[in-house]
Amino acid sequence: MLKQMDGSYAVGEAVALCRPQVVSCYPITPQTHIVESLGKLVKSGELADCSFMNMESEFGAMSACIGSSAAGSRTYTATSSQGMLFMAEAVYNASGMGLPIVMTVGNRAVGSPLNIWNDHSDAMSVRDAGWIQLFVENNQQSIDVHIQAFRLAESLGLPVMVNMDGFILTHAYVRVDMPEQEQVDRFLPPFQPFQKLDPQDPVTMGALVGPEAFTEVRMLAHKRMERALDVIPAQMEAFANIFGRDSGGLVKKHYEGEADTVLVTMGSVIGTAKEVVNELRDQGESVSAVTLRTYRPFPTEALREAVNGAKRVVVLEKSFTPGMGGIVYQDVVAALAGTGIEVQSVIAGLGGRPVTRESIRTLFAGCDKRTGFEVLDLDHATLDREITRESAVLDRII
Amino acid sequence: MQSQILHFPAKEAVIKHQQTGDLTISNRLSDVDDSLQGKPERANSLDSGHRACQGCGEALGARHAIDTALDATDGELVVVNATGCLEVFSTPYPESAWRTPWLHSLFGNAAAVASGIAQSMKVQGKENVRVIAQGGDGGTTDIGMGCLSGMFERNEDVLYICYNNEAYMNTGVQRSSQTPGAARTATTMPVGEHPGNSFGVGKSVPKIAMAHGIPYVATANICNPRDLEAKVRKAMSIRGARYIEVFVPCPLGWGTASCDTIKVARQAHNCGLTPLYEAEYGEITAVSKIARPEPVKAYLKSQRRFAHVFKKGNEHQLEAIQAIADANIRAFDLLENPAQGERF
Ligand SMILES: Cc1ncc(C[n+]2csc(CCOP(=O)(O)OP(=O)(O)O)c2C)c(N)n1
Ligand code: SF4
Repeated sequence: MLKQMDGSYAVGEAVALCRPQVVSCYPITPQTHIVESLGKLVKSGELADCSFMNMESEFGAMSACIGSSAAGSRTYTATSSQGMLFMAEAVYNASGMGLPIVMTVGNRAVGSPLNIWNDHSDAMSVRDAGWIQLFVENNQQSIDVHIQAFRLAESLGLPVMVNMDGFILTHAYVRVDMPEQEQVDRFLPPFQPFQKLDPQDPVTMGALVGPEAFTEVRMLAHKRMERALDVIPAQMEAFANIFGRDSGGLVKKHYEGEADTVLVTMGSVIGTAKEVVNELRDQGESVSAVTLRTYRPFPTEALREAVNGAKRVVVLEKSFTPGMGGIVYQDVVAALAGTGIEVQSVIAGLGGRPVTRESIRTLFAGCDKRTGFEVLDLDHATLDREITRESAVLDRII
Repeated sequence: MQSQILHFPAKEAVIKHQQTGDLTISNRLSDVDDSLQGKPERANSLDSGHRACQGCGEALGARHAIDTALDATDGELVVVNATGCLEVFSTPYPESAWRTPWLHSLFGNAAAVASGIAQSMKVQGKENVRVIAQGGDGGTTDIGMGCLSGMFERNEDVLYICYNNEAYMNTGVQRSSQTPGAARTATTMPVGEHPGNSFGVGKSVPKIAMAHGIPYVATANICNPRDLEAKVRKAMSIRGARYIEVFVPCPLGWGTASCDTIKVARQAHNCGLTPLYEAEYGEITAVSKIARPEPVKAYLKSQRRFAHVFKKGNEHQLEAIQAIADANIRAFDLLENPAQGERF
């Protein structure tokens, strides 16, 4: 059904269509409306047979998800930014125990300085936690990918994080096609856990594992991740068969054929980027764009295929590691090792700084002379002034 | 991970452990023994072969408590464990000492994990399956306090049992918010002008639990397993958030002889340092009187963590501890015969 709605409420409705049994959460901007909408759906009875747990913290919220999922219920939560860091210990725990929890992340910067606006720092802070990490480009995808996320999580025994850009998507009021319950039921069977806490069949979960088996347990998680690389495209196809839409998947090649310069990004920035790429292509330039829709497991093969024939790949990302530079860039470098393709690193959109068409034009314009990583739209005057001021003090200490 | 999941043989109807306390007018001599201790159908929920120290009070407390809860729920029980000695000594992969569905997640989140399980069971229509969360005093009253308070405030259908051995034993005996004044721990060494832990710090979590107005709060002591049993049974007859704090000596951390665990626990009770009471909806409903009162001296003497208290110049520490015991005795009206108190 076509509807004009806020991105967060759309996610709430999509999650409700998946019939979660326990929703456990704690509010944080910009994720808040997602859990508010689910709270309302549960309270009104529209989402039946579901427990809505309003927890004392994100750490508690993810912990309750762990208990709920281990006891055999389909379980959902959502967070952002500081909330993600506050629950981080439990985030690792959930994947270590192979619990198919689905979590939405309304991506937001991590402070200090306190900043509520969008970038991908929160997702990156738990990059190595063993969760499948999906990124959506628009609000239709966020609906569709959530529906796929439950099936993916439950078929692999791994938790899945659906990343959607805070404000840009969570607060965007756009038209979406909300699936029918009957379609979702056809796509998503009831949750059948591999194992659960059951007095009729007692199991011990979360044992202490020493050096003699810990590596094997980690490798098991890796093997499941590798399996996901096959399962994700297969489920995307199954989804398309029922819903008539291509949504999700590993990587999205936005233009047919090969190009000299390929932009690689994640999330909603592709909306603006495509406008510029269209312009440049109209001017006869050999440029193209690819989005990583799955970030963990990293879709190495799919990316290599998507950028095949390129002279250079420019990774545009909303994440940054001080002391090194781009984070996704490093993954792309590793994935394209041996192909001879030059990989460039561009960082933009940190803490909500808009990535404009003009920004992306300068990105393409700088391709011939770029060395090291580049930060778009940087206020050099402020930066230089602060560096001078700091060095006056710091030099004394050295 | 699947590799972390262990399966067990069916339980056998064999009494493997029997514990009667140190007042050995033993249940073995009495015709009527209505406690679970001596019954063959006892579950032995925490089976032998685990790696606790000899005489571990926590192992003893957990076995009594979970056996009772299993009996009270007809085996329909799930247990969540915080990180700590009890968790580490009972489940070194690929072994598990637990004969009940059991899950360990983290140090500070047992109350929240248990809340999730209780809600999960409820939406599945399995309200007959009951949930216990358990942990040491560190996992419960320090790092787990936020989750615990949340569990109380939401009145989740969970019984939380804290095994209080008054320090972080699993990491090598560091101070917790339950460590008593003067006690030596690895972070409160008996050096300087005020040796051992400071006085006037710490908190009463049973009282904090009572302040949440939850249906049931109790304190227990492994020196009296029947009382512990009765309190666990009572707790399992109630729905909503419940809290039991069990006093459990730790031979390793306290410097006591392994064979003296029950004796030391009894001394703590007799001197008034660990008042035993029950509370419902924030009001105290029952207090166990002390039948054979003793000064704190004997209790402290049996533990190396208090050895410095008996050194010349530290008399004030001994007095301060006695004053705490006296205050408890007055506050909870612990003496059967108040005149007894005048002996010391
Ligand atoms: C977040 C976190 N911090 C610290 C630890 C290390 N740690 C594990 S158990 C423990 C102390 C346990 O003490 P307590 O809860 O009193 O239980 P006990 O071992 O005394 O039974 C500590 C500090 C941890 N596992 N996780
Ligand atoms: S250190 Fe103490 S609590 Fe830990 S196993 Fe030994 S006796 Fe038990």
